Amino acid sequence: MCLGIPMQIREIEGNAAKAVLSGTARLIYLDVLDEEVQVGDYVIVHAGFAIHKIDEKEAKETLDLFKEAGVFGSGSENDTAHGVR
Amino acid sequence: MDRVPRTIPPMEYVDQYRDPGRIQHLVAHIRKISRKPVKLMEVCGTHTVTIFRNGIRDLLPDHVSLISGPGCPVCVTPIDGVDRAIVLSQEKGVIIATFGDMLRVPGSETSLLEQRAEGADVRIVYSAYDALLMAQRDMSRHVVFLGVGFEATAPTIAAVIQRAREAQIDNFTVLSMHKVLPPALKALVHTPELEINGFICPGHVSTIIGTDAYVPIVRDFGVPCVVAGFEPLDVLQAIGLLVRQIERGEASVQIQYRRVVSPDGNPKARALMEDVFEPCDSIWRGLGLLPASGLKLTPDYGRFDAERRFDITPVDGREPSGCICGDILRGLKRPPDCTLFRTACTPESPVGACMVSSEGACAAYYKYST
Repeated sequence: MCLGIPMQIREIEGNAAKAVLSGTARLIYLDVLDEEVQVGDYVIVHAGFAIHKIDEKEAKETLDLFKEAGVFGSGSENDTAHGVR
Repeated sequence: MDRVPRTIPPMEYVDQYRDPGRIQHLVAHIRKISRKPVKLMEVCGTHTVTIFRNGIRDLLPDHVSLISGPGCPVCVTPIDGVDRAIVLSQEKGVIIATFGDMLRVPGSETSLLEQRAEGADVRIVYSAYDALLMAQRDMSRHVVFLGVGFEATAPTIAAVIQRAREAQIDNFTVLSMHKVLPPALKALVHTPELEINGFICPGHVSTIIGTDAYVPIVRDFGVPCVVAGFEPLDVLQAIGLLVRQIERGEASVQIQYRRVVSPDGNPKARALMEDVFEPCDSIWRGLGLLPASGLKLTPDYGRFDAERRFDITPVDGREPSGCICGDILRGLKRPPDCTLFRTACTPESPVGACMVSSEGACAAYYKYST
């Protein structure tokens, strides 16, 4: 239900864009995105459409958490590092 | 001539989440904090594939079990839906455009693949937009797109239907078999024999719907929900978060896949869906009829609705005898429990939908487990 891959936007023309993953390029559509994207941004592509922009800061934080001893964040009761939402 | 070695560029947002060192660290941590026996359901078929491809079940303590859920769109499409698509493929002048997985799903008597061999025009597309372009290129034909998928897919189909209306395309319709996730989750927590302790919730569906959908599951049933990404580290971290909640006696909604999922989801995508589709009762293979669990086109978009444009004579659909796809989709049985598994039912010659789809639990078991 969630087949989707992260791709980087290389060109934008109107509601369409050229996006690449590991050297493979595809034409994708931007109709469903709820935020502006620019060349260089990463998006999740599902069924030919970008459905969400990847938040680079959050992506890095998630990876950094893996490096820490706590693994799941600060380990504090209020769970700030992973934000119970 | 010497060959120049090709270097494969790193896959950003993929490779880092497959790092073996981090995986070992995470597994050790889960083993350290886990005491209670727990049964977690990965709702989404794409998670099932991640779990099997990476041997995640074997990395977990024996008392942490994972069961596969109903999040495989092709798998939960009832045989009646497949039969309707097959009836449409026999209409004069019709081209059926579909995502590849639907082609080999057995209907009551035949499949779209068999119909194509018999001369029906059935084409695989990568996106619904490709189907619309197909219709625009050949106005003498009528293109019916098979709308199968959950909330990650439905907005993309809605966008294409809006474009078709703007461009006044008259030879393009959609057979909408879309489903929405929350009613299925509720049906699962109402299944007493299942006793799920936590849900690994689908990342890309949640990208659209946000996390509100999971609040009643947590509040009314006390079952923790963690929205997860699709790389092995994502899934393991989600399992860790669920185990930690259960060990502490807590139940909350958490987002592991924060690089893509926010609590609000994607309001624009939801608005697209709400403009083009409206809720309808829908039959799920395994779960049966669930109120307001499907999406049909609104009357405003009636001319793009294949159900209205064509007189589809209902076929008396029969699920294949001996197939337990229904119980597998509810998490009550595993593929090896089926007498047809690996004998009469294989990916080359599937009997049930769960063996056809790349996201199906039977296909994952067949491919990755011995």
